[in-house]
Amino acid sequence: MPTDALFWHRLQFAFTITFHYLFPVLTMGLALLIVIMKALALRTRDARWDDAARFWIRIFGINFAVGVVTGIPMEFQFGTNWARFSRIAGPVIGQTLAMEGLFAFMLESSVLALLVWGERRMSRAAHFACALLLFAGSWLSAYFILCTNAFLHHPVGHAVGPDGVLQLVDARAFLTNPWAAMQFAHNQAASVATASFVVAAVGAWWLLRGVHAEVAKRCVTLGVIAGFAASMAVAFPTGDLQAKAVAKHKPASLAAMEGRFESGPHAGITLIGQPNVAERRLDNPITVPGMLSFLAFGTFHGDVAGLGAFPEDQWPDNIELVYYGFHVMAGLGTLMIALMGFALLALVLKRLFATRALLWALALAFPFPYVAVTAGWMTAELGRQPWLVYGILRTADGSSPTVHSGTALFTLIGFMGIDFVIGLAFLWLIARELAHGPGAPAGTKTEVAHA
Amino acid sequence: MPDLWYAIVAGMLTVFVLLDGYDFGAGMLHRWVARNDDERRRVIAAIGPFWDGNEVWLLAAGGALFMAFPAVLSAGLSGFYFAIFLVIWCLIARGLSVEFRSHVHDPLWRSFWDTVFMASSLLLALFFGVALGNVVRGVPLGADGWFTLPLFTDFGVRGAVGILDWYTLSVGLFACGVLAVHGAAFLSVRTDGAVRERARWVAKLKLVSITLAWPLVTWATAHVRPDFVAAFASRPFAWVFVAMSVAGIALAHAAARRREAADALVLAGSGAFIAGLLGATAVCAWPALLHAIPDASRSLTTANAASPAESLRGALAWYVPGLLLAFGYVAALAWLHRGKAQGPEYGGH
Repeated sequence: MPTDALFWHRLQFAFTITFHYLFPVLTMGLALLIVIMKALALRTRDARWDDAARFWIRIFGINFAVGVVTGIPMEFQFGTNWARFSRIAGPVIGQTLAMEGLFAFMLESSVLALLVWGERRMSRAAHFACALLLFAGSWLSAYFILCTNAFLHHPVGHAVGPDGVLQLVDARAFLTNPWAAMQFAHNQAASVATASFVVAAVGAWWLLRGVHAEVAKRCVTLGVIAGFAASMAVAFPTGDLQAKAVAKHKPASLAAMEGRFESGPHAGITLIGQPNVAERRLDNPITVPGMLSFLAFGTFHGDVAGLGAFPEDQWPDNIELVYYGFHVMAGLGTLMIALMGFALLALVLKRLFATRALLWALALAFPFPYVAVTAGWMTAELGRQPWLVYGILRTADGSSPTVHSGTALFTLIGFMGIDFVIGLAFLWLIARELAHGPGAPAGTKTEVAHA
Repeated sequence: MPDLWYAIVAGMLTVFVLLDGYDFGAGMLHRWVARNDDERRRVIAAIGPFWDGNEVWLLAAGGALFMAFPAVLSAGLSGFYFAIFLVIWCLIARGLSVEFRSHVHDPLWRSFWDTVFMASSLLLALFFGVALGNVVRGVPLGADGWFTLPLFTDFGVRGAVGILDWYTLSVGLFACGVLAVHGAAFLSVRTDGAVRERARWVAKLKLVSITLAWPLVTWATAHVRPDFVAAFASRPFAWVFVAMSVAGIALAHAAARRREAADALVLAGSGAFIAGLLGATAVCAWPALLHAIPDASRSLTTANAASPAESLRGALAWYVPGLLLAFGYVAALAWLHRGKAQGPEYGGH
């Protein structure tokens, strides 16, 4: 097998899953916000919440559809591009992937059409139940897939068979992997933050344009409150727990995240600097002394290992990207908390809707969570290298033996083209919905009547 | 234990073909049975609430195969690399066409996606038929359990074979015909008016052609896999499945002839026909999941390709309730959307 095939296999998986995840990261959080909107509508009898929910269900439907079609390749690619990994790890991770299909996808696919198209056919309570079920299904799906991913980071509940094939010996331990619980909390909080930023951004944009004011104010209010809570939760406690776990179980990853080559106590956290792997140092670092020791171990004296403490064949193979990924994520995460904090303060003081500068900031900030989430996943998955299954299987030993580099490159280019077209169509559809705003969809005059 | 999982995977794939099969069939007939935008919207509305759930059976069956027979999944998907990506890209195009079509009221937009829907449905039916043909014919598995196949060679079934040969192509075409009947029968149940009339006509016509083609495909299978004949003779299960197919196609013929509403019986008949065919194939192919040519001893079987017994036993505990739940969803959806698809819901505002 040509050695560079591995690179294209990795890039194809990274590209397809990164593009795919742009959609579920919104829909999982949005499902929760839609449930809240519909609950408020049921409780307060305020029809504006219904209007808001109806609008966001349309956005949800488009995102969900694109999420489904871009997700189809993921399961196949385990077999097509990562055949040796699948053969070895299938008995274990096949379990959660099969569970996801059976318990989550079946539920989501049954309810989606009812939620998106069926409001006129059912009672308010039944439609609320659909939203709730879709929320449950999508979060369940997330748990199964994060449980699968957690096994790659922190394998538990398995045994290695004589032929190297993994087998599941403790299903309970596998399904309650502490790494999965931690990732789930962190990831779902980030998803709610993403949806909140998007909902707030659309509301703010409508307010700036002076249209749909009543629905827009509700979107901004819900977006800012949920956005502040979720952005905080992303950092503390979930991100903090994650950092401590990485420090404990994967010290080489932590060293790469901080571009740290030397070991020692009183480790500082770097605000600005570029890892210079060739010279084994960080260029022009600006650091907060002791902070990394504190974040990793809860004490400023904590001894944080540098990359120099590990053999080079245990280093993540792209230290720069791990470093930048982590810093982009943490930097944007901080910015998100600050922005939502200001907005929440203004909301409480009843000044938000009149403060155009803040509305502008909210309207323009929606890419932050998308970028932060993508950077976060890059940190996690590149930080896991050189391992595919941590400590068990190296990435280089997981790819398909029969697929050559040019073939993998060809399908990667195919995906780039297809995803580009999907992205254009998606943006165009979303732009139409945004321009049209809440209320009946374009082309209908039918009002929703409830007895 | 592996044999039970063989039956589960085969059963799930059969359910996938039965369910997604009718929306593939409806798709490939789409622009033909429905001549204007309103009629086409009815076709989309007929399958709208179901198609996504139906497709999940493919992913769920794939998940079961991954868990129970990882060696088969990894060898099969990497060996058919190109073909698999063609399938994936068609699945993407098809999903987009159903979902995107309804969001814009523009005749050109809708016409475009209608064509994408029709083409991708037809190609997928062909590909899945070809895939089944490949599994039956066998693939050149090496001693290490891997293989790779070109798209086609000389279209022969011996020697250096390709994914496409005269046998796999004929299975693919037969699959298109069978699913066209299945889809037409489904549309005649779920629509009314001109669409239903055309669908009934297609079902009747196509039933004749698949009834004529069936013995030919069976003969071809016996020619490609002589061992299937011996297996068939000694395995009564296979007889039951073939009897089911015969009864199914007879029922479909009889029901299609009747003027009155016997559409559901045509659908049931074509379903029984498909299930019988796949069931008989699975029984004859057992214990091999991936038959190896020319050296059959390299085949990946329930004995040498299964996950450790421990993993399989544990999985059964949650898989059976999960399957029952999934059948519950199918039944609930079918009940919720019983009768004719109507109104503007599911496929247009």
